[in-house]
Amino acid sequence: MSRAGQVIKRAKYKTSIKDPGTPGLLTMLEHRFVFRPSDPTSPAKLDVPFQLLKGQKNTREGSNKPPWLNITNNKDGSYIFEFESYPDLHACREIIANALEAAKGSSAPTITSAANASSSANEQFSTAELELRMKLMQEDSELQKLHKQFVGSGVLTESEFWATRKRLLDGDSRRKSKQRVGFKSSMILDIKPMTDGRMNKVTFNLTDEIKYQIFALKPAVHQAFINLVPSKMTEKDFWNKYFRAEYLHSTKNAVAAAAEAAEDEELAIFLKEDEILAREARQKIQRVDPTLDMEADQGDDYTHIPDHGIFRDGNKDMTEQQNEQYRRTLSQDLNRQGAVVLQGRNLDADPEDPRSIAEALMLSREDPSDSAAQKRLDRITRMTEIDDLRESHDHPVAPLCIKDPRDYFDTQQANALRTLDESRTGTEQTKRKLTTEEAYGSLKESISKIKSFGLSNSTVKPEVALMVITLVRKELSCGLTQNISSTKYQLGKNPRESILDGLPNRTKEELLHHWTSIQELLRHFWSSYPITTSSLYVKIGRLKDAMSQIYRQLEEIKEAVQSDFRHQVSLLVRPMHQALDAAFQHYEADLQKRAAKSGELPNGNG
Amino acid sequence: MASVPSKLYADDVSLLMVLLDTNPFFWSSSSLPFSKYLSHVLTFLNSILLLNQLNQVVVIATGYSSCSYIYDSASAPGQGSDQGRMPALCSHLLKKLEEFVAKDEQLLKEGSAEGIPSSLLSGSLSMALCYIQKVFRSGPQHPHPRILCLQGSSDGPEQYVAIMNAIFSAQRSMVPIDSCYMGSNNSAFLQQASYITGGVYLKPQQPDGLLQYLTTVFATDLHSRAFLQLPKSAGVDFRASCFCHKKTIDTGYICSVCLSIFCKHHKKCSTCGSVFGQAQSEVPSTTNKKRKSSEPLLVS
Repeated sequence: MSRAGQVIKRAKYKTSIKDPGTPGLLTMLEHRFVFRPSDPTSPAKLDVPFQLLKGQKNTREGSNKPPWLNITNNKDGSYIFEFESYPDLHACREIIANALEAAKGSSAPTITSAANASSSANEQFSTAELELRMKLMQEDSELQKLHKQFVGSGVLTESEFWATRKRLLDGDSRRKSKQRVGFKSSMILDIKPMTDGRMNKVTFNLTDEIKYQIFALKPAVHQAFINLVPSKMTEKDFWNKYFRAEYLHSTKNAVAAAAEAAEDEELAIFLKEDEILAREARQKIQRVDPTLDMEADQGDDYTHIPDHGIFRDGNKDMTEQQNEQYRRTLSQDLNRQGAVVLQGRNLDADPEDPRSIAEALMLSREDPSDSAAQKRLDRITRMTEIDDLRESHDHPVAPLCIKDPRDYFDTQQANALRTLDESRTGTEQTKRKLTTEEAYGSLKESISKIKSFGLSNSTVKPEVALMVITLVRKELSCGLTQNISSTKYQLGKNPRESILDGLPNRTKEELLHHWTSIQELLRHFWSSYPITTSSLYVKIGRLKDAMSQIYRQLEEIKEAVQSDFRHQVSLLVRPMHQALDAAFQHYEADLQKRAAKSGELPNGNG
Repeated sequence: MASVPSKLYADDVSLLMVLLDTNPFFWSSSSLPFSKYLSHVLTFLNSILLLNQLNQVVVIATGYSSCSYIYDSASAPGQGSDQGRMPALCSHLLKKLEEFVAKDEQLLKEGSAEGIPSSLLSGSLSMALCYIQKVFRSGPQHPHPRILCLQGSSDGPEQYVAIMNAIFSAQRSMVPIDSCYMGSNNSAFLQQASYITGGVYLKPQQPDGLLQYLTTVFATDLHSRAFLQLPKSAGVDFRASCFCHKKTIDTGYICSVCLSIFCKHHKKCSTCGSVFGQAQSEVPSTTNKKRKSSEPLLVS
């Protein structure tokens, strides 16, 4: 996208939406835009500096509207430009967007300057993304602080900062996707006529939307429309016939319907069963599991037979066969409508032109293919396999075999002698010289002693008991404060929270901010290892300086805080220091390794 | 046991399995004499039985070369000793204990006297768990079991596998293992046992006041533990012992098939027989050789 130089596009300038527009040339300069009409005599000349502009709107590319750009100025006036194509519109829009941002605030210059810096490094991002980033930062003050601290001071570049936050940027763009509106559920009812009570006239209201719905619902009508209009009859005639057929259906007079169908061929199309639908339904049935038999027997259909098939007179009456096809049941209509509503609509066709809609709908119907029959045969063979009669599958695994448990349960006495634990000190060694007889003897003596004397009155002296109780209590209370950093041993409430709350607000916020900045820095630090390019090396250097700065700041906080909170603050600061220390250590070790490597290879390959 | 009316069974009925360490090598060198120790323990057992009418206590002696059930409160007869100086519990228990110690000495004489003076904790743990399983299957109502290890001898690394298996099975059955360790240094196995199963590990600083420790910390039933704060250990020693030499290690090699731990690089795993470090062969063979990885892993 060109930033330098002017952008010149053909456009039509309209004062309002209804205005047809004066054709001309729109030129975007550095600080203003200029419009010159093709017709030199026309008064619609414009020269507007960007400072006077407030905002801009444009029509969406996905909709079928022409590419318009609506620029509002400070005095609530607007300039509407109609471009020849959407890329033209986007080019001009970006220029104006940049200009608008430049006029906005202090945060914009850093972005544009950083943007210029990074654009020189062959990076492309549109103004839409810039707007998104600024919006995110406005919403989250923490993010803005981090951004100012790191990108402003040059520790991290703009792209690196946002590289880790892709999901924030993506999430936002997903929200903007437009929702597609489907069909209304009340399609059938839309086509109700209005009757004039006095005269024999029935009026149907027909809109484009309704036409589209009728085509979606009834493919045969659709087919007829394509075939007949405009070659054989006009659209008005077509719809007249259609609605006549509808009226006849609504009267539920199958005989009259048959009579009229016999007279008028085209009317017959509307009155008959929909062939296309029937064919599609047959195809769908074929896709069902072939072992499931879906064909209903004619004997199953009893609702259409008079008296529900119960023959009172003893004769089978099968009349009205020829009028069967002119009947339509409500369940058929409802099923069809349900299917169409669920399918949804495709937006490719222009809703104003019924012909194009008709064609689009035809295209969307699938043709049966030859491979479908083959697929069906495959499925039949798969379904009818019986599991038990098949041969067993040979799984490619090794059988687990555990050797004799005595091998590893029992001791290896010779080895065990050599490998004594460190708890076995010299004193125990000397004691083992005591023979087994003596040991067992003393044990038996103790047992007999207690047997003879019985249990004493006070097994434990009271002072000893008191000491034990205080010891246990102290241990419990110590355990609470000692295990702050270990999350495994939380006793009831979370000690860490109460500590943070107890601190003064300023210290708390400082510590939290330092924690988030440390996390950010460490994330970039650790992701840059192993160092492969010199840019990473430079980045690591910058990060290390920033980290040492924060380290010093943390120490200052520790010293500056009041004495009652000093212990808690030091406990909170400790993990941060540890994380930073680990990073520094790694850095030093890596540096040494590099120095050693470059020292080894004197020909300068390091 | 006759069927108990259901309203007598409350939440705090407990079955306490006490694993009593009777390793003579340890007690001969301990500061607390065995007789005093026994008196503490016997008083404690009495108090447990007093807490609830339906409480049950089972004592298993952990000897040097064998283990045995010493006392079961559910099946002991209620007669006191002849002199009436001791309650029935003590006399029966002590009698059985004497017999057990004699038998243990016998077994030791037959076998060899080498080895580390550690008691058979794995054996008594297994026996306790078997008893608990029997109780689980006894009917719809049973007391809540827990295990209390009164251990003094140090860990025998050769029992590592068996003890870990017992610990995991206790974890599975949700039986907490409490431990009161009377020895000099901390016991890694018991710390792990209490940590994994959710029990309490305690190393009393005042052995004289053992009874006070027992009643304060270990007497509560499982239901009431939810409302109490019991001492928790500051850290757990998670070191394992290797399968080949049975020594405690920090870093070792682990077989990726059966997770056995080795201290040195081996060609073949001794537990499951899988061969390490072999690439997949192109020729299909009847014995499926799979590539096993044996990498140094931090065992902790």
